[in-house]
Amino acid sequence: MANTGSGVWVVAETRRGKLLPTAFELVTAAKSIASQRGETVTAVVLGAAEGAEGLASAGAAKVLLLEGLGEFADDACAAAIAAAAKAGAPRTILLSSGVFGRSVAPRLAVALNSGLGSDAVALELDAEKRLVVKRAAYAGNVTQKVLVKSQSGPELATVRPMAYPRSAVNGSHGTVEKVQGDVSAAKGRTRYASFAADASPELDIGAAEKIVSGGRGLGDPKGFELIRALAQAMGAAVGASRAAVDSGWIPYKHQVGITGRSVRPRLYMACGISGQIQHMGGMKSSDVIVAINTDADCPMMKAANYAVQGDLYKVIPALIDAIKQARG
Amino acid sequence: MPIKIAVCVKRTPASTSVAIDAAGKVQTKGLPHGINPFDEYAVEEALRLKEKLGGTVTVVSAGEAEAEEVIRAAIALGCDDGVLLSDPAFAGSDGSVTASVLAAALRKAEAKLVLFGKETTDGASGQMPAFTAAWLDWPSVIGVRKVAAASEGELTVERLMEDGVDTLTLSLPAVVGVIKEINEPRLPSLKGKMAAKKAPVTKWTAADLGLDAAKLGAAGSPTEVVGLEPVPARPAGLVIAGATPEEKAKALVEKLKEAKFI
Repeated sequence: MANTGSGVWVVAETRRGKLLPTAFELVTAAKSIASQRGETVTAVVLGAAEGAEGLASAGAAKVLLLEGLGEFADDACAAAIAAAAKAGAPRTILLSSGVFGRSVAPRLAVALNSGLGSDAVALELDAEKRLVVKRAAYAGNVTQKVLVKSQSGPELATVRPMAYPRSAVNGSHGTVEKVQGDVSAAKGRTRYASFAADASPELDIGAAEKIVSGGRGLGDPKGFELIRALAQAMGAAVGASRAAVDSGWIPYKHQVGITGRSVRPRLYMACGISGQIQHMGGMKSSDVIVAINTDADCPMMKAANYAVQGDLYKVIPALIDAIKQARG
Repeated sequence: MPIKIAVCVKRTPASTSVAIDAAGKVQTKGLPHGINPFDEYAVEEALRLKEKLGGTVTVVSAGEAEAEEVIRAAIALGCDDGVLLSDPAFAGSDGSVTASVLAAALRKAEAKLVLFGKETTDGASGQMPAFTAAWLDWPSVIGVRKVAAASEGELTVERLMEDGVDTLTLSLPAVVGVIKEINEPRLPSLKGKMAAKKAPVTKWTAADLGLDAAKLGAAGSPTEVVGLEPVPARPAGLVIAGATPEEKAKALVEKLKEAKFI
């Protein structure tokens, strides 16, 4: 049975009553597909969330608030979205490919008898207007195009954070509807116990437009004071290489790379990072790369748009001064 | 009560610098292979849970005959036995279909707790834990950085999220995906290496698992790789000139200003 659905849904992730900005990236991605098929975009919001109505004025023709879900449990979220999708019959459903998308999208695919393309850096349609996901494999050395052959269910894809710009408020007026989420299929097997926020709430590398990262070249944990000062001057998030994390200089959640997290900021500043293949695989699709390193021939300096050879303990303080001067 | 634990592992190329052949397929034949590095954390956590709860750890891998090497490598670390899922009918299966094969095997092996690594170094979808749990209709959680409590009936884990840490309790049977932060994998002992040579590795085909061939392989998969290309190296950039760190800093800030980053 072919997919007879219509419209593109985006699943808007919420955390503790707040809408995550990836929802607006998904709307942009969804619009690129929907406009080619003459369809509209529906944003499905998990739980009542601050700012969710904003999606209705940023390109979503309809905002569907799924209520009564509580905090994030994989099976309950998937059950509620699947139940809503069975009722609403979209042709395509998009999710963001963070922990949430990797947890929920496969469950949706099985529940809805769908194909799932993962971690798209771009979405396309083939000649029959079927979804094609462009994605990175082999540590970013290979680009795959994956055709999602929808069976009876909608075609599904997760989209890498920062792959699409956030849809801006454009004066459109979508409708907002509230629906009670149906979590019965989850059978109450997962209980959400508690949440512990990060001790120092810093900008998350996954959603950051700019990242300043430090590596082995810092030499010791105090080097991250310098990295943080530069990040603050730039308005950037703080990243790190595996070497720095394994040395215990900074927590794992800052680790950029295949073993940490893949990021795609507009600007990535690598300080004292030589550019091991695992690290490069997680950041080389950044728009602009700056490298600061003593070794002019290391892979990061070769890949950088702007390579600064020098001792980072001399270059970074000078850079912070120059940024402050430039900002007046 | 002892618990039957399973850990799913994949044999992957040791390098991610791969060539694409004339037929447009990634060429991995002849490259050195090993256990997917992320799976080592899952094996270690399975062994720690076994040490705590008692029971056994079964290593499960889907792949060609060579995948038996990585099963035996995991047994050398302390796992008890292995299951190799190998059948020409599985070739070309996408993640969802491969997970359906794993699910059938895990059910047949009567596993109650299944561990996975974060993702593989080749495909890197990170979706196998949730796919497998979905086919089993079990609860699951990924991004696990700590098992806070474990009993034969349930498991309490810490999940690393973008904004902090969630604590969740899952009733067993369940599937858990772990991340690197969870432990420091052990090395094999000589005794373990000896044991691995003799340990039983069962081989199951589609027929053994009662799977319908029409729902397997490339033809049975709901996604298809239709294009594959190498990613071109980034073009050479600009070396920022300057006699002193201050001059270089100034020159870089000019560039960042032009690009509106400042």
